Amino acid sequence: MAETVSERQIGDVVLDLRNISLAFGGVNALSDISFDVREHEIRAIIGPNGAGKSSMLNVINGVYQPQQGEVVLRGQRFEKMSPGHAARAGIARTFQNIALFKGMSVLDNIMTGRNLKMKSNILQQAVWWGPAQREELAHREKVEEIIDFLEIQHIRKTPVGRLPYGLQKRVDLGRALAMEPSILLLDEPMAGMNIEEKQDMSRFILDVNDQLGTTIVLIEHDMGVVMDISDRIVVLDYGKKIGDDTPDEVRANPEVIAAYLGASH
Amino acid sequence: MAATTDAAASGSALDTFPRWLLQHERVRGGKTATREKDLGIWQSWTWQQVAAETRAMAAGLAELGFQRGDHLAIIGDNRPRLYWAMCAAQMLGGIPVPLYQDAVAAEMVFALQDAEIRIAIVEDQEQVDKLLEVREQCPALAHILYDDPRGMRHYKQTCVQSVDEIVAMGGIHNRNQPEFIPGEIAQGRGDDVAIMLYTSGTTGKPKGVCQTHSALIAAATGGCSFDNISPADEILSYLPMAWVGDNLFSYAQALVAGFTVNCPESGETVMTDLREIGPTYYFAPPRVFENLLTQVMIRMEDAGAVKRGLFHYFMAVAKRCGAEILDGKPVAAADRLLYAMGNLLIYGPLRNVLGMSRIRVAYTAGAAIGPDLFRFYRSIGINLKQLYGQTETCAYVCLQPDREIEFDSVGKPAPQVEIRIAANGEILVRGPMLLKEYFKRPDATAEVIDAEGWFHTGDAGFLDAAGQLKIIDRAKDVGKLATGAMFAPNYIENKLKFFPHIKEAVAFGHDRDMVCAFVNIDMGAVGNWAERRGLAYSGYTDLAGKAEVHELIQECVEKVNAELAHDAMLAETQIHRFLILHKELDPDDDELTRTRKVRRSFIAEKYGVLIDALYAGKASQYIETVVKFEDGRSGKVAADLGIRDVKTFPAGAAAKQAA
Repeated sequence: MAETVSERQIGDVVLDLRNISLAFGGVNALSDISFDVREHEIRAIIGPNGAGKSSMLNVINGVYQPQQGEVVLRGQRFEKMSPGHAARAGIARTFQNIALFKGMSVLDNIMTGRNLKMKSNILQQAVWWGPAQREELAHREKVEEIIDFLEIQHIRKTPVGRLPYGLQKRVDLGRALAMEPSILLLDEPMAGMNIEEKQDMSRFILDVNDQLGTTIVLIEHDMGVVMDISDRIVVLDYGKKIGDDTPDEVRANPEVIAAYLGASH
Repeated sequence: MAATTDAAASGSALDTFPRWLLQHERVRGGKTATREKDLGIWQSWTWQQVAAETRAMAAGLAELGFQRGDHLAIIGDNRPRLYWAMCAAQMLGGIPVPLYQDAVAAEMVFALQDAEIRIAIVEDQEQVDKLLEVREQCPALAHILYDDPRGMRHYKQTCVQSVDEIVAMGGIHNRNQPEFIPGEIAQGRGDDVAIMLYTSGTTGKPKGVCQTHSALIAAATGGCSFDNISPADEILSYLPMAWVGDNLFSYAQALVAGFTVNCPESGETVMTDLREIGPTYYFAPPRVFENLLTQVMIRMEDAGAVKRGLFHYFMAVAKRCGAEILDGKPVAAADRLLYAMGNLLIYGPLRNVLGMSRIRVAYTAGAAIGPDLFRFYRSIGINLKQLYGQTETCAYVCLQPDREIEFDSVGKPAPQVEIRIAANGEILVRGPMLLKEYFKRPDATAEVIDAEGWFHTGDAGFLDAAGQLKIIDRAKDVGKLATGAMFAPNYIENKLKFFPHIKEAVAFGHDRDMVCAFVNIDMGAVGNWAERRGLAYSGYTDLAGKAEVHELIQECVEKVNAELAHDAMLAETQIHRFLILHKELDPDDDELTRTRKVRRSFIAEKYGVLIDALYAGKASQYIETVVKFEDGRSGKVAADLGIRDVKTFPAGAAAKQAA
């Protein structure tokens, strides 16, 4: 792909979450959680089921509004982040339950990720004339680069609904990448995959991070994967933060072991 | 370069591949030479661009110290750059050595050491990693050049460079010294080694087969004139570059005939790319044709009733007269009319789906192709033919001529090729396409090429009445019946296995007075057959023991006998008695090799009691066998096996009766 960083270097804090608390009625989903994400790093959020991991991602891209706390994105403070604003600020995400158009081809699905970048109006697009045509060709080129990057040329024209689960996940990643995000949120990118598919997905995540310089925040259950690819890990348990460190330190943290990893680790 | 035009254009001077490249640059410089699909679009290069790029690559290689006689390893999928690299090496008088791209690193070590590889041109990161892994074992390896830069940014090793850099370097070199490359090309000679291919080496270490420019050019010229291949033809290159077949079709013939080579986007897109390009010339091993047919059949089963009905009706018409129409034989007018309708409704669209609408000539080789499969493609109007050859003969010994297709032969000797059958049935070949030698193995070379220049193929076969060659077996497997008649077990087993209901077969007969066989039914096909008949069964052993199944298999065996009776040489080896084994032959029980070849002597020993029963004329035999399950446990399978006598036919007379 065109823009590549010269060297993968973890930079300054780009996203800072300060004292986030989120409750649904009487249930505290997140209580007083703070952590930051640095530029170009792979940041993992782990925790048992119901620990509040997905809620955390939803707070980051503005789907949920926390009752307390603030999100600081590149120095700009948001008490209320909205999904639209998050998208315009370069935050893209994939979903635990794949959110693609099943009847549309892989190519068209990834093209929808370019929606935000399209400048021509609906009338111009409808008649596919002048600037709209040029624009679509340029976007198509970008989408082809993503298809090449994710090695899904052979299913370019296949309706997404006909694809096996592992490939759908890859297309979902492609759709998120089409936004050319600076921060990518991945909600369980390897759920339900076999070992080979997990290896492939890990490699794509590393490639995205390395070659496109994208900062990645991911939720994942597979400890092997998380420990292998993350730079730093946040551990949540029942809405509380119980650990925040490098994989090795997290692995050694007694509280984390008790809550999540179990005796076998 | 003006001085060389006349001499080179005369034809006699076109004795190396670089000279052919320059010839095309002059004669059809603006025509497309190579295409590759990238980012969803077919990119093309003209002969002029290819020649310029190749010259630059050659100069770049020279700057890295590549010299006359050096070997250049080429590893990767079919990428244009990798083909050009072969020619670039040849420009400098070097020898390209393509290796199988899916081999693991350890398997490459032997070739890298044997050929003393100093420079390797590889496709991508995957191949670079493999070479770096074995670098300590290959101290000569000094430069690894990659084509695709993806993932390569962090490689700090000085030996790793991109092909782009080399081409840029060579471009500058050529501007400063424009006469260097032409001078190098001028030094090339027809009897220089053009390429080295490693044979797979089923026994012992692989051997490097050295082929000269003149051998490959003779094979390519002969093949192209045989089928009137012209610069207007198109081919899709997707078979491993290390295979002699791809070398002949995508490199040697492409350069000699000047047709366009198309490289697919990736291994998985071949089907789509095939449809988009619509090649006119096509080459594939039988399993590719088999997979295509299976896909069509599965999709037809899912189609609507009308479509399915039309399909089956017209496929029956095609089966009756399609192959004959293609061969130009007389066919009744009514059938011709039906076939024309079928062509409009079914065969044409089917060819289109297969990406074979424009095919003039398609070849298959590498293994025996089932007659039904072969007939299917011919009957829908695809001119599929067989050829026979091996790495040592540039895959060029026999070709099937148009209109003289025999389903079970591999055709007539190709132009300039002589064939002789030795006393033991082995096929001997002589001609300009023979290998120069095995690399560093004069002992092996002396073993296969005798004093009179005949190459010993190791295959047994015979020339039939029409002068077409029939391959029957590996020469070392061929035995003799007690009567002295030639016994070719593989040939008989293959004939049996071509029936979808038979999965494996083992024929016995060496030093005996008649041929008997073990048969394994195909659980999928026979199971399906039984279900449609409402025949209940509990598992393999039960199904294999049913009288109805014996009936079904007996029909197959009798058809094989009828075919065998047709050939005077094999008529005596008709199968007299057979039984259906109570368990499937399995590599876990050491009955098959991992590549699913029958281990005949092991089976003969293990099931000695069954063989005795076959030859003793018993009607049934009880047997108990220990089997290993996949989880490591073992169990027992026991059964009373029925043995059947089969009808045999008098030699030469029977083909019609059973068919």
